[in-house]
Amino acid sequence: MIEELLQSSPGWANFAIFFLLGAVLLLIVLGFVTYGILAERKVLGYMQLRHGPNQVGGKWGLLQTVADVLKLLLKEDIIPKAADKPLFIIAPMIAFAPSFMVLATMPFTDKFQFADIGVGLLYYIAVSGLTVFGMVLGGWASNNKYALLGGMRAAAQMISYEIPLVMSVLGVILLTGSLNLNEIVTHQEHGWFILLQPIGFIVFFIASIAELNRTPFDLPESENELVAGYHVEYSGFRWAFFMLAEYVYLFAMSALITVVFLGGWLAPFSFLNFIPGAVWFALKFSVVVFIYIWIRATLPRFRADRLMEFGWKVLLPIALANIFLTALLKSLFF
Amino acid sequence: MIRTEEMILNVGPQHPSTHGVFRLVVKIDGEIITEAKPVIGYLHRGTEKLAENLQYTQIIPYTDRMDYLSSMTNNYILCHAVETMMGIQVPERADFLRVIAMELNRVASHLVAWGTYILDLGATSPFIYAFRDREMIINMLNELSGARLTFNYMRVGGVKWDAPEGWIEKVRDFVPYMRGQLKGFHDLVSGNEIFLDRVKGIGKYTKEDALHYSLSGPNLRCTGVKWDLRKDEPYSIYNRFEFDVPTSEEGDCLARYHLRLAEIEQSLNILEQAVEQFPAEGEIMAKVPKIIKAPKGEAFVRIESPRGEIGCYIASDGKKEPYRLKFRRPSFYNLQILPKLLKGENIANMIAILGAIDIVLGEVDG
Repeated sequence: MIEELLQSSPGWANFAIFFLLGAVLLLIVLGFVTYGILAERKVLGYMQLRHGPNQVGGKWGLLQTVADVLKLLLKEDIIPKAADKPLFIIAPMIAFAPSFMVLATMPFTDKFQFADIGVGLLYYIAVSGLTVFGMVLGGWASNNKYALLGGMRAAAQMISYEIPLVMSVLGVILLTGSLNLNEIVTHQEHGWFILLQPIGFIVFFIASIAELNRTPFDLPESENELVAGYHVEYSGFRWAFFMLAEYVYLFAMSALITVVFLGGWLAPFSFLNFIPGAVWFALKFSVVVFIYIWIRATLPRFRADRLMEFGWKVLLPIALANIFLTALLKSLFF
Repeated sequence: MIRTEEMILNVGPQHPSTHGVFRLVVKIDGEIITEAKPVIGYLHRGTEKLAENLQYTQIIPYTDRMDYLSSMTNNYILCHAVETMMGIQVPERADFLRVIAMELNRVASHLVAWGTYILDLGATSPFIYAFRDREMIINMLNELSGARLTFNYMRVGGVKWDAPEGWIEKVRDFVPYMRGQLKGFHDLVSGNEIFLDRVKGIGKYTKEDALHYSLSGPNLRCTGVKWDLRKDEPYSIYNRFEFDVPTSEEGDCLARYHLRLAEIEQSLNILEQAVEQFPAEGEIMAKVPKIIKAPKGEAFVRIESPRGEIGCYIASDGKKEPYRLKFRRPSFYNLQILPKLLKGENIANMIAILGAIDIVLGEVDG
């Protein structure tokens, strides 16, 4: 259906349909963010001998995040006197917008996808790279030394880890011969890329944690060193936008890993095909999110200089070796 | 031409990892520290001056608030000083209760040090596991003294309360439980690559430095100096127990981390023996005059607190208040080496080094 709409001539009706669909996706994403945060707090809580939220919205704390967001909306909007006001205001938006944009090419099922563009994977990686501007600008515009250090760390970390991230999926691209996410999924009918590309998957997963700014790579906002890093001066809804960006990226990155390495909406065995693709996608996606939360509960934080060394001297060579290995195997056996 | 400039960063007094109201003014070049200056005194309450107008028993609650993670040793040092001046012989049962309380408190204190140290390095869960076990100790000491943190338990000549029924058995059961937990702690953290990367070879100093800066406790023993007052100048009834003084040669943050865990083990050994030999009955207070007056003269005593050597100097002119009271507070002395250690390190190492010294601000500021 979407394909036809994209082909048809532009008009108000088309615009309205796309707008509506966009709003639906936004609601899905916000729903995920709301309950993703709750899930993270609950899982972390149980891993740490606590209960997590259990007051607002029944014993599962189902309305806790809603209450938190409402509180953030009602908070006073503070802009520091010495801050660079226009930059300070625009930074959270720059950080948030790309996180939502990347979802446009994500094939949640074979039917539910907004734009089936030829270079979907490249699009994701390119657009997600924009977020770091928001972080650096936010850190710079706050005119706070901790924020500046956090912004600097964010820039260094994002750039260093984007390269292994791209290099590690090159193996997948070599095997598929396409950057299109749909084709990558359909290619996995006889074997997921996590099995065909185990090295690529591991490098990708590690680099993705760094891209997501999560423990053990949460240096830009490391609480114990830089208090809160680049968003130390932000409060109220501007701060919420940074957080929102972070969790939407968690959503997007988990979806991307599902698509690229775990076979997207495909069932693991063909006799399980009667279960709809959306269910498979949701299941695999949830497992990836859980692993991210699990890692957060377990590991201490990297040190800034070691982080760089690890990115450039360990991950990148492994990713490059993986490309050569894949190319060699492909030319020999396929 | 790019111009770079040094930046002065104010770490604290409100900062998540300064363990209280400690302020550190660091000059940084990028993330490299070129100069560090600790600023202390935000928690100064003038304990020593206040003590000059208080009777000896009244001073005890103030000592609780110095090193609030190890109030029992602080209680003891004051009582020990006064007892030394007056020549009071403490009953055996009271001595046992004191040792058990102090060693339990040492375990609790090291658990806090362990948990918060890992928290400083960015892992959140171990902190909570440490506090779960500490909570059991705190509950036991609560049953003993009626307070969770500021125990005010010891008195000149003995202790205030006898152990409630079944308490000794609780301590006995706690020892094997804690040993199991310790193993879990090692499994969870000690071998973690990221953790080792953060602490190995960081904040290194030599034996000479440690002695010159008058460090004590694990901060001294991590350089290979085998010096523990419980062993070298036995006080109370410590000479009745078998235990080791763990040392290591490296002198880095990792060594200090391991020493604290090893000391928990040794404290558990002492607890086990103390519970075994605990006298079935007996007095818990010696015969002391109603109003305690230390005789004219002066005395200095020192004992081993979890953080190092804590000392108490009393000068008395024979009145019921001391003429002058002075505490040698180990955290304050241990903190002195910080500017030397921080030079040339980066911000992340700064937190690791500060955490490994294990200061308590109530004690630093007095």
